[in-house]
Amino acid sequence: MSAHYDEAEVLRGVSLEVGAGEVVTLVGRNGAGKTTLLRCVMGLHRRASGTVRLEGRDLGAVPPHRRARRGLGYVPDDRGIYAGLSVEENLTLPPAKGASPWPLARVYEEFPALGERRRSPGGKLSGGEQQMLALARVLRTGARVLLCDEPTEGLAPIVVERIGEILREAKRNGTAVLLVEQNLRFATTVADRHYLLDRGRIAESLANDDVRQREHELLGYLGL
Amino acid sequence: MTSFLQQAFNGLVSGGFYALLALGLAVIFGMLHVVNFAHGAIYMLGAFGAVALQDTAGLGFWWALLLVPLTAALAGMVLERLFIHRLAALDPLYNFLLTFGIALVCQDLLRMKYGAQSRPYDEGPFPGSVDLGPFDYPAYQVFVLGAAAVVCLAVWLLLTRTRIGTVVRASTERPELTRALGIDTGRWVTPVFGFGVALAALAGVLAAPMRAVNSGMGADLIIAVFAVVVIGGLGSIPGAVVAGFAIGMLQALGNLYVPVLSQTSVFVLMAVVLLVRPAGLFGKEEHAL
Repeated sequence: MSAHYDEAEVLRGVSLEVGAGEVVTLVGRNGAGKTTLLRCVMGLHRRASGTVRLEGRDLGAVPPHRRARRGLGYVPDDRGIYAGLSVEENLTLPPAKGASPWPLARVYEEFPALGERRRSPGGKLSGGEQQMLALARVLRTGARVLLCDEPTEGLAPIVVERIGEILREAKRNGTAVLLVEQNLRFATTVADRHYLLDRGRIAESLANDDVRQREHELLGYLGL
Repeated sequence: MTSFLQQAFNGLVSGGFYALLALGLAVIFGMLHVVNFAHGAIYMLGAFGAVALQDTAGLGFWWALLLVPLTAALAGMVLERLFIHRLAALDPLYNFLLTFGIALVCQDLLRMKYGAQSRPYDEGPFPGSVDLGPFDYPAYQVFVLGAAAVVCLAVWLLLTRTRIGTVVRASTERPELTRALGIDTGRWVTPVFGFGVALAALAGVLAAPMRAVNSGMGADLIIAVFAVVVIGGLGSIPGAVVAGFAIGMLQALGNLYVPVLSQTSVFVLMAVVLLVRPAGLFGKEEHAL
């Protein structure tokens, strides 16, 4: 897959695969093309070439809203919460089309804080609550593939831990997760494999042990 | 005091027209990101529609109130399919050229057919006046104020209490994300445009019995309506309604106390709001063009 922004080529011949029940992370510096890659998978990037396949079926000509209905669940890097919609409206906006959508009651059971604030506008939630809402929103639809763009960024350790639990549970249920992540420690606790993205190319494919052993080197590389 | 109250009431009535027109502009801008410069012309066509129904078919006010907005909605949807939807990928300047061009064509066609003179409309329903305590007030204008308030409330309920309303608000706030979440926003664009256009035509029908019906009536009004929209915040529904009524009052009271300023006060206020809150009183930064 390749993608452009005006003159600049952001992704060059990137190819990757995520299996059902697998969590794969994309790590890389700012500007490496991680967000663009997720947007390409979702069909949001206009100047992209290449193919996206979901269970062997080509999504090339499928517009974003149909990709969502076929099971792609997108959690954008800014969490994508509608400030003007209530928590419940945020949750129920995407149609539940997947194989095993969650009833609202289950969402509120798993995320009591969202239940308590179901009538509050999304813009009034804390960062952690917004991230929970963004994850709960795609889980409710029964998405089979989660595309999460830096879900732990800027959040307290306890919230990060909770996000880890949610992703591990999704994995157990056979969901495929493509996760953009800068927090390497966190990445190794949830992921099976990692791709290091460098200036639009996949520079390395890493296992959890590789990441743990080379943590220092990788952190230096990421500029963290 | 009586003249103050009476002028305040006049202000609310003209504010009702501003609110109806600004509301239509706001839903259209929110969903399509198109500023409809033809909105005043549609208001004018609405008033002419009422006149034409009366003159040619003998259909009175209530028929006009039903048929004219419906026809406008259909015509608006055709217009959206034929022309407006092509604007999405283009520079906003084309938005101005197309919709302003449509407004000029409508105005001149009407001027060719009817001349520049105002067309008479028989008295609307509710002739006579109502005793409002300190003063008597034309009953029809009380009705217009009530109708504008009811329509504004109904649109508010539609936007906040229905699925379509949630989709429209979501698309207004985050169009791309809304598609990524599985909503076919394109499906709602044409009906929302038709709806906004119908609100302008409805305002035109309401205006026919109490205002001069001529080809320039929309152009005169729409300038103030754009000031209302900018003050309220482009794309903001509550902003459109609150600013609509507030500007109506400001103009009417300005007329009473500082007649020289009555026409300019709106634009002075608009300049101040733009300096202090560039996105308008109820607007969000990302709504600014």
